[in-house]
Amino acid sequence: MKLIACVNHVPDTATKVNVASDGKSIDRTGVNFIINPYDEFAVEECLRQKEKNGGEIIAVSLGTDVHKETLRKCLAMGVDKAVLLKDDGARDTFGVAKALAEYLREQAADVIFFGKQSVDGDDAAVGPMVAELLGIPSVTVVVKVAIAGTKVTAEREIEGGHEIVETSLPCVITAQKGLNDPRYPSLKGIMGAKNKPIEERPASPDASRSTVAAMRKPKAKAGGKIVGTDASAAQELVRLLHEEAKVI
Amino acid sequence: MKILVVAEQRDGKVKKAGWEAVRAGRTLADATRGEVIALVIGNAIKEAAAGAGNYGAHRALAVEHPRLSAYSTTAYTKIVAEAAKQSGATVVLIPATSQGKDYAPRVAVRLEAGLAADCTSLSVDNGTIVATRPIYAGKAVTDVRITSPMQVFTLRPNVFTAGEPSATAATVDVFNVTLSEEDFRSVVTDVKQSSGKLDVAEADIIVSGGRGLKGPEHFVMIEELAEVLGAAVGASRAVVDAGWRPHDEQVGQTGKTVSPSLYIAVAISGAIQHLAGMSSSKYIVAINKDKDAPIFQVADYGIVGDAFEVVPAVTAAAKQLLGK
Repeated sequence: MKLIACVNHVPDTATKVNVASDGKSIDRTGVNFIINPYDEFAVEECLRQKEKNGGEIIAVSLGTDVHKETLRKCLAMGVDKAVLLKDDGARDTFGVAKALAEYLREQAADVIFFGKQSVDGDDAAVGPMVAELLGIPSVTVVVKVAIAGTKVTAEREIEGGHEIVETSLPCVITAQKGLNDPRYPSLKGIMGAKNKPIEERPASPDASRSTVAAMRKPKAKAGGKIVGTDASAAQELVRLLHEEAKVI
Repeated sequence: MKILVVAEQRDGKVKKAGWEAVRAGRTLADATRGEVIALVIGNAIKEAAAGAGNYGAHRALAVEHPRLSAYSTTAYTKIVAEAAKQSGATVVLIPATSQGKDYAPRVAVRLEAGLAADCTSLSVDNGTIVATRPIYAGKAVTDVRITSPMQVFTLRPNVFTAGEPSATAATVDVFNVTLSEEDFRSVVTDVKQSSGKLDVAEADIIVSGGRGLKGPEHFVMIEELAEVLGAAVGASRAVVDAGWRPHDEQVGQTGKTVSPSLYIAVAISGAIQHLAGMSSSKYIVAINKDKDAPIFQVADYGIVGDAFEVVPAVTAAAKQLLGK
């Protein structure tokens, strides 16, 4: 079974985001970058499927050389091969999907895993876009997946419940928290990953269909009101919510 | 401009997020002397489609098929793309629900359209749409312009207002799409609803608990307050990671981004990644014994006190007010 995990390199969720001087992108100064948290579930699922069904796992990322850090983490976790599609532009989701799809088309994988969204742009779009470009099914926000022969049964999270989706290989699956518990790379894995080659290829030209006109910080909230310091403030809080805020 | 809006339905009833999108479409149409066409997909949904007129649609299209009583990514992609092409719409609005987010990117590819996902505002500038969308779970906001002739936008639920329904029903035309076995390559075969549970992504009020509650058993008090207020129960990442609560309740950058009318944060200190996911709520209440907790910086109302004493008192006061 050929498995591919598409991974992104993003600012740590614990970091503050500031707008750069161009007013269209984030200031990267002092920002710590990590593997996109949802992509860890994607990589882990590849490892588990390989343990069950055998095969090969490729991790692929689109971006500059700094993405190699995330690809090394994937190698340390146990993927067989890492590929960097080199690109230094600011693409939109379609631009990213198009470049990934061109690489993925020639790979003809059985399952392509993504995180359900990248925590930078929050679009949750690249996975299904790639599937559409390749003409294969996609199941998003998946918390459980079973593959039997070419039949795929996946459970996806929806508002207030779960949907069971049936589809077939080859397909794209986007991983939600809960799909698995990603392993920590072993020391041996980390050491081994240092010497493994990362294949580099130029990404296909940018095909983006949207532009960011401006980026800003959201309006800061004006300081609130401290209603009280113990249970006796409860009555007043409820009154304020009812009469002033009118939300209950 | 001609605008196609998908009015998402479940069990034959259009969801609030669907009407919000229809109304948003009407606002764009009014600014451009355009037309709004609502699209309802399902089985036996013509009556629901007529309701689109109440929220500003000029007309409605209904796609009915026995197999569409269940959701199918592949079938919905085809239907929405075909409806856009055949109606001559250049703008497609889709609610950013779990369903809309699932097929909208595929529709965009099929229409060779750019996509702006999870928008919180749409405006018209010199005849083109400017979409505002939060990124980094709300730590920053961008204005996006789509550069392709066809444009797809998904709209975050609970942010746009559906407004009061008028008495105007829309004319409903049946829209025929040929659906083959190939179009049902992925199908929903079962839906497991968490019994009576309100989802944080859809709730108008959320009561969330954090690590300060000291143990999963103390969430009973959160559940009780939530029940009185008709609210959903939310949780911080710390308590989800500790296994106290299921991950579908997690609010924050690696959970759900929410914008309810009222968000009550109990014993949550307010880590950056949590604040990112909930600070766009209309009103925020913080109950925490640490007066320096960052959550108070985004709260409209705060009680600096012990949650174990304050929460039951708030529940009792709310019960009294609401006559429960």
